[in-house]
Amino acid sequence: MARFIIRRLIQMVGVVFVLSLLLFLWLRSLPGGPVSAILGERATDESRAALEKAFGLDQPVYVQYLKFLQRAAQGDFGASTAVLPGRDALEIFFTRLPATIELSIIAMAIAIVFAIPLGYVAAKRHGSSIDNGAVVLSLIGVAVPVFFLAFLLKYWFAIETQTFPVSGRQDAALGCTRVTNFFVLDGVLTREFDCSADALRHLVLPAIALATIPFAVIFRITRASVLDVLDEDYVRTAEAKGLTAQVIRARHVMRNALLPVVTTIGLQTGGLLAGAVLTETVFNFGGIGSTLAQAFTQRDYAVLQVLILATATIYVLVNLIVDISYAIIDPRVRAR
Amino acid sequence: MKLKRKVPVVLLTAAALTVTGCAQSDRESESTDTGTASGEFKDTFTFGAAGAPKLFDPFFATDGETFRVTRQMHQGLLGVKPGTADVQPELAESWTPSADGLTWEFKLKQGVKFSDGEPFNAEAVCANFTRMFESKGAAQTAAEYWGYFFGSFSDKPEGSLYKSCEAKDESTAVINITRATSSFPTILSLDSFSMQSPKAMASGDAGNVQAAGEGFTYPPYVMAPVGIGPYKLDKYDEANKTVTLVANDMYYGEKPKTAKLVFKIIPDESTRRQELQAGSIDGYDLPNPVDWKGLEDEGNTVEVRPAFNILYMGLNAKKNPVLKDLKVRQALSHAINRDQMVKTQLPEGALAASQFMPEAVSGYNTSLQPNAYDPEKAKTLLKEAGAEGMTLQFAFPTEVSRPYMPDPQKIHDAFKKDLEAVGVKVEVVSKPWNGGYLDDASAGNYDAWLLGWTGDYNAADNFLGTFFSNYEQNDFQTSAHPWGKKLSEDLKAADAIVDEAERKAAYELINKQIAEEYIPGLPISHSPPALVVSSKVEGLVASPLTAEMFDQVTVSSK
Repeated sequence: MARFIIRRLIQMVGVVFVLSLLLFLWLRSLPGGPVSAILGERATDESRAALEKAFGLDQPVYVQYLKFLQRAAQGDFGASTAVLPGRDALEIFFTRLPATIELSIIAMAIAIVFAIPLGYVAAKRHGSSIDNGAVVLSLIGVAVPVFFLAFLLKYWFAIETQTFPVSGRQDAALGCTRVTNFFVLDGVLTREFDCSADALRHLVLPAIALATIPFAVIFRITRASVLDVLDEDYVRTAEAKGLTAQVIRARHVMRNALLPVVTTIGLQTGGLLAGAVLTETVFNFGGIGSTLAQAFTQRDYAVLQVLILATATIYVLVNLIVDISYAIIDPRVRAR
Repeated sequence: MKLKRKVPVVLLTAAALTVTGCAQSDRESESTDTGTASGEFKDTFTFGAAGAPKLFDPFFATDGETFRVTRQMHQGLLGVKPGTADVQPELAESWTPSADGLTWEFKLKQGVKFSDGEPFNAEAVCANFTRMFESKGAAQTAAEYWGYFFGSFSDKPEGSLYKSCEAKDESTAVINITRATSSFPTILSLDSFSMQSPKAMASGDAGNVQAAGEGFTYPPYVMAPVGIGPYKLDKYDEANKTVTLVANDMYYGEKPKTAKLVFKIIPDESTRRQELQAGSIDGYDLPNPVDWKGLEDEGNTVEVRPAFNILYMGLNAKKNPVLKDLKVRQALSHAINRDQMVKTQLPEGALAASQFMPEAVSGYNTSLQPNAYDPEKAKTLLKEAGAEGMTLQFAFPTEVSRPYMPDPQKIHDAFKKDLEAVGVKVEVVSKPWNGGYLDDASAGNYDAWLLGWTGDYNAADNFLGTFFSNYEQNDFQTSAHPWGKKLSEDLKAADAIVDEAERKAAYELINKQIAEEYIPGLPISHSPPALVVSSKVEGLVASPLTAEMFDQVTVSSK
């Protein structure tokens, strides 16, 4: 197992290296750049040349890339030009990451908690009205655009009934203390429980919006997988042996049916980062997604590079964790 | 067995209830009302800002969202009269120029202190100018406004407008400049040149800006500067995208009506509107013009700022030599229907433009009228010029909305149809604003393009000088025209006139020449941007420079 993990980690370094090169070349091939984004209408030839020189953008691209690698090897990924000018890009990533993780965890929890039981029930009652209703619900989850769902959620629950906040992560008036930038956790750590509760209230609507697609996908995979397993001989044998329904469900059906579901959860977790760009923007949730959109619009090279490389690293790591979890769920994988 | 399974559920429920219970009880202890006996007003004004402030030292700031915040915490020698673009005394009570306009004596307000308790006096003024003028290395590049308005720094004094500063006595500062210009001392009203505590700047190593990769790193001082203003910085919660300012106890003027000012950063305009509807913010900037009526119908107040901008269609005769002919440029000016575009694409209060600056600016020529929409005349002129069926590459930016140009594509579409109606073949080009559009316009890659300018301060040079003073290099490529050099020289001469009436007359003449004899581009319109506040808010005065102060704003708690 250790060998397997080490091999995958080495592969991960290779992936990040190649990605960094492609990303670097792609960003610099785009028209415009940080200098025109900073100067706007005020740009003159002199001011543009001065900024390009100061940022090292007057150098050939390969020189810029080599310098980037040299600095990156020392942990210096450059300073932001637009998102938070002057701030270390890596620091921005770590300040914004907790928001995305918090949102992703809640969204994935919502998706799993509803999708797996519903998928099981739908498969068990294959063809029933519950099954049909759940399939339609999952189709809606995939088909409805996030921004439209977000608008509806905001309109009903934030503007009309004012049950939940419209946007943001926390009410500034509470003056909450920051420790980890995981707002829910910070409230618990500092015993400012009202801050935790307020952060949770802010999480509800964006998490529901973000959860719809993974919910639909996990539901459909669970349903299909359970249907397959229910047809297996060993389930019939277990029933013939007189095992209780609970035991059959836990030991024989779900254990086998969960393998593709876990794979899907892993892939969807990576996908959540992509979904977060839109959800965070719509709900003004200050995480990686909205920062990525802002950095791209304003051509903040340093922040874009860090965000994309770090996100890719996380994606690869999540996949590694999924592979390891196979071994835990399925003894056959462990044996291999 | 069943009971055992239920225990964790019960415990979790109890924990959740405890958390919720604590939250409610804590929230109840929070007071949002002011300390006034009646509790008539809230103690917090929450404003929805479209972007995050970049830093809090205005010397290195370049964008409106940063200045909106720093303006509440900093003051300069000169200020701006609320609701206008006119300068008024701020930390200087008065100022007197020498006859040649090169020496300016500023009488300072007395008894003023920085928010760290340090005294504000003539020495502090000179320390500030020394700090700005003597910026070194990357700090020079980062101090964009100084470079733009004062020319250069102490290592290249020959290009600098600023020369020196003397503290004549405790309350008299004398600033010497190298040439007379209409922009001085007006530029001292710009937020970038606000006064800051010399002691705090020295201890915070305020000028220590370093190049780092593709950006700069700034000293910690830029996130905690010390100035003079009704508010001071309390907290910038980056993770929660909020900036909180609190009343500055050291402030010499009238105390703020709300003790706390919160800027909630909400980049998306529709989310800002929803936040206002939900009552979680009290106002926001740049409501979409199509929403103005709806917002007012909901009981909000849309504060329309006087237009202090210009939208123009640039014309580049270097790129397309057909445009060298004055008749062609006149034809294009008559071909476009400004009034129709203003009526259909711009907010209420927008005006068709006759010249490259708004009416509020001294030197505006009131005798000029926008060129009439006359397609027949345009066709005749094109025929006379032998340019019938000419091709014009006409560009517009995407991914942007500016106060003078809320929807560039729609404006472009309208003019494209107008131009095609007189036989001009239009080649449409578009690029993202930050994705090459500005670079291309500046590099002279378009025949015609849409762009504009919002004034920094009330001087003709800030408009005309910006566009046409630099003969060798400007977006309009006026060096391609025989009059380009003269226009540049006339503008520089007008800017150097010390007598205000004489200067005004000179600019009026230049405006007439530009409109009738030169036509380097087509002035299109002046468009008023707005901001919106809830019905509970009073005391906000909209500024044409978007330089609103929030210290006299009240928010009713009812």
